[in-house]
Amino acid sequence: MKILPTAAACALLAVPLTACSLTQSNKSDGAEGSGPITVTSSATACELSSTKAGSGRVTFRIKNTGSKVTEFYLYAEDGKRIVGEVENIGPGLTRDLVVSVAPGTYVTACKPGMEGDGIRGKLTVTDSGRKSSVADVDQETLEHATESYADYVKQEADALLEGTTQFVAAYRSGDDAKARSLYPTARQHWERIEPVAESFGDLDPKMDLREADLEQGQKWTGWHLLEKDLWPPAKGYTALNRAQRATYAQDLLANTKTLHTRVQTQTYDVTHLGNGSKELMDEVATGKITGEEEIWSHTDLWDFQANVDGARTAFELLEPILAVKDHDLEEQIDERFDDLQKLLDQYRSGDGFVSYDTVTPEQRKQLSDAVNALAEPLSKMTGAVTA
Amino acid sequence: MTTGPHAESTTAASDPGALSRRRLLGVAGAGALAGAAGLGGFGVAQAQQEDNSPDAGLGYAFHGEHQAGIVTPAQDRLHFASFDVTTDSRDALVALLRAWTEAAAAMTAGKAVGSATATSYDSPPGDTGEALGLPPAGLTLTFGFGPTLFEKDGVDRFGLRDRRPAGLRRLPHFPGDDLDPARSDGDLCVQACANDPQVAVHAIRNLARIGFGTVAVRWAQLGFGRTSSTSRSQQTPRNLLGFKDGTANLKAEETADLETFVWVGHDDDPAARWLAGGSYLVARRINMHIETWDRTSLREQEALVGRDRAHGAPLSGGTEHTEPDLDLQGSAGPLVPLNSHVRLAHPTQNDGTRMLRRGYNFTDGSDSLGRLDAGLFFVAFVRDPDRHYVPMQNQLSAKDGLMEYLQHTGSGLWAVPPGVRPGEYVGQALFA
Repeated sequence: MKILPTAAACALLAVPLTACSLTQSNKSDGAEGSGPITVTSSATACELSSTKAGSGRVTFRIKNTGSKVTEFYLYAEDGKRIVGEVENIGPGLTRDLVVSVAPGTYVTACKPGMEGDGIRGKLTVTDSGRKSSVADVDQETLEHATESYADYVKQEADALLEGTTQFVAAYRSGDDAKARSLYPTARQHWERIEPVAESFGDLDPKMDLREADLEQGQKWTGWHLLEKDLWPPAKGYTALNRAQRATYAQDLLANTKTLHTRVQTQTYDVTHLGNGSKELMDEVATGKITGEEEIWSHTDLWDFQANVDGARTAFELLEPILAVKDHDLEEQIDERFDDLQKLLDQYRSGDGFVSYDTVTPEQRKQLSDAVNALAEPLSKMTGAVTA
Repeated sequence: MTTGPHAESTTAASDPGALSRRRLLGVAGAGALAGAAGLGGFGVAQAQQEDNSPDAGLGYAFHGEHQAGIVTPAQDRLHFASFDVTTDSRDALVALLRAWTEAAAAMTAGKAVGSATATSYDSPPGDTGEALGLPPAGLTLTFGFGPTLFEKDGVDRFGLRDRRPAGLRRLPHFPGDDLDPARSDGDLCVQACANDPQVAVHAIRNLARIGFGTVAVRWAQLGFGRTSSTSRSQQTPRNLLGFKDGTANLKAEETADLETFVWVGHDDDPAARWLAGGSYLVARRINMHIETWDRTSLREQEALVGRDRAHGAPLSGGTEHTEPDLDLQGSAGPLVPLNSHVRLAHPTQNDGTRMLRRGYNFTDGSDSLGRLDAGLFFVAFVRDPDRHYVPMQNQLSAKDGLMEYLQHTGSGLWAVPPGVRPGEYVGQALFA
């Protein structure tokens, strides 16, 4: 229902696994090292203000003084394995790269023009003396997280296709009671993987657009059109006829099949998991808490729960990495997921939830506060696991 | 001659009958301002002011070819009010415009309202008083006429139907709009801008008071910080997203582009020639999802805006005022992303259109969920809304990645008549 954020789109296409530089922990107990290392990337040189650094968290401040787009890489001693990188620095711009490094020898490189091996140099990292419980997060852990997430998305897409098939069958046959009961449960599978679904910019508006988000002259299709037809407003609404129902139902199902096909080959990196988790909580904060998402059916709490499920799944897959990188943050997020879930559980009714129009303003405020309490630390997760 | 800054003088002292808020400008300041006016004639106090500490003593002439408050260097504070006309009488409407004109001329000169007429000790004072002793603070008052003044529910209320400019219609629904009728539209509008909030609020309060029985306030909006610079003498301010806003704004010094994009031409609309020399004021109350924005990575924030946050330079490189290179490629597409605000608002993506924006940051406290009720009160002046505003907004509402964090909650369009000559009242040509 929303417009695809750029970062998510780029990340889906562009960021290789290695870019995440999940190699070492930086849980030092002392202060940060002395200021950032300034890197001046010109057409012909790559000058570092210091070629020595203390172990732990190191910040490079890369200034592009050349006339071409530049990149900066920090490689392991072999000059191949990427420890950290920052791309797409326009001429004249400055960008920071934060990485955690263990004592050892590293290779730095500026790549003006984004080409070739770049202008290389050496960086020596000495033991900073700060406690630096450096532990490797091995490639296997990373791959397990991202591959498990791909499996999760596929499972949810399977369930979405199945649920949607049943839902549209009931809707087409005029069994409105059944369609109304299937609507929120089928949609939960969409809501769990919403950032992935939204990344398909052509499908999302056809499937999940709300009436208020229509452009003038734009044709409205998808879930929320059917929602309105199943929970019609008291006045001024003309119900869809059988033929119209068949058309819109068929359209939703066809788009669901396309989505299902596309996710079969989709791959992810840790930033997808981190950002996706954060975006799901944004969805809750802006659409579900206010009751705007399911304005006719008031099934917002199903979506709410599904968004939380999706966010928590991604978090739990990243948890082993986060536990190494930033244990306090990991614990805090974990606790706050629990707190939010306890609150949400109070609204369970039968197999599902109470209608959102019965949730009072005070209760909505309480839910909102719990979402904020979770979303704030959750927003720091991507940065923590990639630093 | 338009809205040249006029140096306040010491005449108040020799005019003891008038209640006055005048204050001396330093001699050097007055001379410098006069010099600037002589050069440009656009009321631009070239680099005479410290950007962050506007001179409260600064005053702008009320009379001129164009209304003040459009190309006037954007002041720090806003009080914007929309009014419904409550009378059926054309004469009463005209009388109000006369009274408003007189009051506006006085207030922008730093004088009290009604100071020419002594009032009885047993009467309430003519002026509400909270600005007594305060300097003009750069106050400008800009008046506009909404579509419903010309026709409402099919009724030609004041015999003006045939003189409605073709471009003066309710703005269309844009994707994602969630407009509150109680924060939208209106028969008349007044934009009060000043460098002292007390002065701006005083102006609207007194105009509303004068209007009781003829008009009633429909809605109003306070803005606490400018988000645009309308002169090269000003630094680019930041909006509540934390980014510099309006770097590429159309500025007072760009007189040719002002003619093309801001001022209604003599032959633009022969049926509404009264508007020649005027403009259209577009207002949009744009709420920002502040809390979710604040949780967004700097990478995404910059990608959505298309500029770097620290300096406002386009992501294609350079410094703040470097023209963005929309074609420059990075490792995964253009450095200024396809759905970035800077790209989608860029003239090359909008048929060459440039816009004079004069928006303000606002906050109306917090909502029932404890979230900041805040954002940008967008104000723009355009020559033809159908060409210079609607297409761009459609594009932004549909494609701008920032829309994820924005919600338009109020809207209005008004025709802004040309400036007032001494002895006339605002919009007089419409009623001629």
